[in-house]
Amino acid sequence: MTGKNIAIVFRKELRDLLRDRRTLRSIFLFPLVIMPLMVQLVTRASRSITASASAQISAIQVLGGADSPAIVAQLRADPKLRIEPSTDDWRQLIADKKVRAAVRIPDHFEANLKTGASGQVTIFNYEGELRSGSAAAELEAFFRRLSDSVVQRRLADHGLSPALIKPFATRRENVAPPEKVAGNRVGGLVPYLVVILCFTGALYPAIDLTAGEKERGTMETLLCSPLARTEIVLGKFLMVLTCACASVVLACVSMLLSFELGGPKTASGAAALGLTHVDPSGMVGVLVLILPVAVLFSALVFTLGLWARNAREAMSYLGPSMFLIIVPAGIGMLPGIELNGRYALVPILNFSLACHEMLSGVWHWHYLALIFASTCVYAAAALALAVRMFNREEVVFRA
Amino acid sequence: MELCQPNPHPTGMIATRLLTKSFRDKQRGEIRAVDGVTLEVRPGEIYGLLGANGAGKTTVMRLLATLIKPTGGSAVVAGHDVVRASAAVRAHVGFLAASTALYGRLTAREVITYFGELNGLSRAEAGIRLERLAAELDMHEFLDRRCEGLSTGMKQKTSIARTLVHDPAVMIFDEPTLGLDVTTARAIVRFVQECRRRGKTVIYSTHMMHEVEKLCDRIGIIHGGRLLAEGTLAELRQRTSEQDMEDVFIKIISPGEVS
Repeated sequence: MTGKNIAIVFRKELRDLLRDRRTLRSIFLFPLVIMPLMVQLVTRASRSITASASAQISAIQVLGGADSPAIVAQLRADPKLRIEPSTDDWRQLIADKKVRAAVRIPDHFEANLKTGASGQVTIFNYEGELRSGSAAAELEAFFRRLSDSVVQRRLADHGLSPALIKPFATRRENVAPPEKVAGNRVGGLVPYLVVILCFTGALYPAIDLTAGEKERGTMETLLCSPLARTEIVLGKFLMVLTCACASVVLACVSMLLSFELGGPKTASGAAALGLTHVDPSGMVGVLVLILPVAVLFSALVFTLGLWARNAREAMSYLGPSMFLIIVPAGIGMLPGIELNGRYALVPILNFSLACHEMLSGVWHWHYLALIFASTCVYAAAALALAVRMFNREEVVFRA
Repeated sequence: MELCQPNPHPTGMIATRLLTKSFRDKQRGEIRAVDGVTLEVRPGEIYGLLGANGAGKTTVMRLLATLIKPTGGSAVVAGHDVVRASAAVRAHVGFLAASTALYGRLTAREVITYFGELNGLSRAEAGIRLERLAAELDMHEFLDRRCEGLSTGMKQKTSIARTLVHDPAVMIFDEPTLGLDVTTARAIVRFVQECRRRGKTVIYSTHMMHEVEKLCDRIGIIHGGRLLAEGTLAELRQRTSEQDMEDVFIKIISPGEVS
């Protein structure tokens, strides 16, 4: 086996792939155009959602309360609530989203508060519906404030200090630097995107160089040459790996550039998502750790493509396999899942969790070493499988 | 046409002994695609392997080109064993089949240079060979056009140049005229004749009777993976007492059917 022969195959595949529009789309279009556009859309959408949510006025109904005019008047004065006339079909109106919530004020409520008696206010909302939840939360906040003021007045009437029922206050303060907060916010999102890009970057070239060649009849032509099968498979595999890595690097560069050049709206949107304070060394760590993952993906995709009779069959195998990639990457985004010795051995999940930590500025070197080494072992096994499959005539000539 | 160089291997070009290839099929069990084939192709001759579809021709050709490995017997091509020295065999063989296509996104020049490099030529050497082949085959007009846009005849010329770029001593043709129009098929036949003139050893598989009549010095008739008869056209005619090649063939593969 010689590097020269592998380089000959690699150079030819590079030239060939650079003339294939489908491959160019998968390597360049998604990371360079679609990804930045998606980020721009998400950041701008998050700004507008935040802005509209803060300006939201919820329509509600007040059930009862005729003998509590002062409280109803206070409710009416709440800038985030709009009181609609009460009707018998209020439940249906909530379900139809014409009214977001309703509140039942018991009889003699206002009078009871003055006499020191207790009462039960009931808030009705449509569970799971976001804006109904917001309206209910606003009503709860209103009655909590009312309850506090009643308690304070009653304590004052009895000459007691408010500290009697509130002996101390608690306050939460952030000590994490901005990049660690950002890392925690985007730590799951970045590996998720990187993993998907790495996989899709390898997908089309791998199919084209395996099942595509079988289908077009060029595989047999190539096998007639004196090159060892291992040289051919390594030349092709390196091409697939290059595409996978190029896809990831291009996406990272284009995202950074879009934040730099995208203007103040993008920058503030990115800041809202916590994307501007990501630890640069964490990003370098992500790019280093993606290397064995890219080898693993490239080898697996190559092997599956080789097994298929044609490009369509290859897509039918590789399309669903996308879920095998997305699920562990997605699990890594879930809150509460932390890197440990067991997870460090689970491919993709380990990468996802390690990225989360590195982007937060946390470097567990022993886990990182374990993840890198274990992924290298998986990648080597996958590559050995690809070489083995390429040497099996019933696979190469499967028709 | 100056397509081929003089043959550097004057003896023992192709020899098989009880060559066998079995496949395992899930439904049909073990299938012997090639069953104990023993044949010899002398230097500079054209040996025709004649058989119906599924007779085992392509499998024999692939075994000789070392694309697949035999499950029994042995074969030597250009002095090299197909199992122990498969790379050396491929270095001395030019393989052209209906199933060997060209890279559509590469130009004819790039394809030929690529195969020159794969066969150990430097880029400069491959370039010199390419220029000579392009002149001999009249390819200059389309040399820098992508293969996907070439006509069938142009593609065929490119394929021929691809098989000859490393100047192999042995040519293996597996139904090279399959699916081609008459003009292109005639060009292939002329090319095979030219190979003989230049001293190449040729093994040529086909199911077309007129091609073996026109081309082959000796003919082997293969059926069900077994070589049923072998000899010159005259010998086969004498043996079967038939003149028409089709009748000769039918009489050998199913005696009693020719009236």
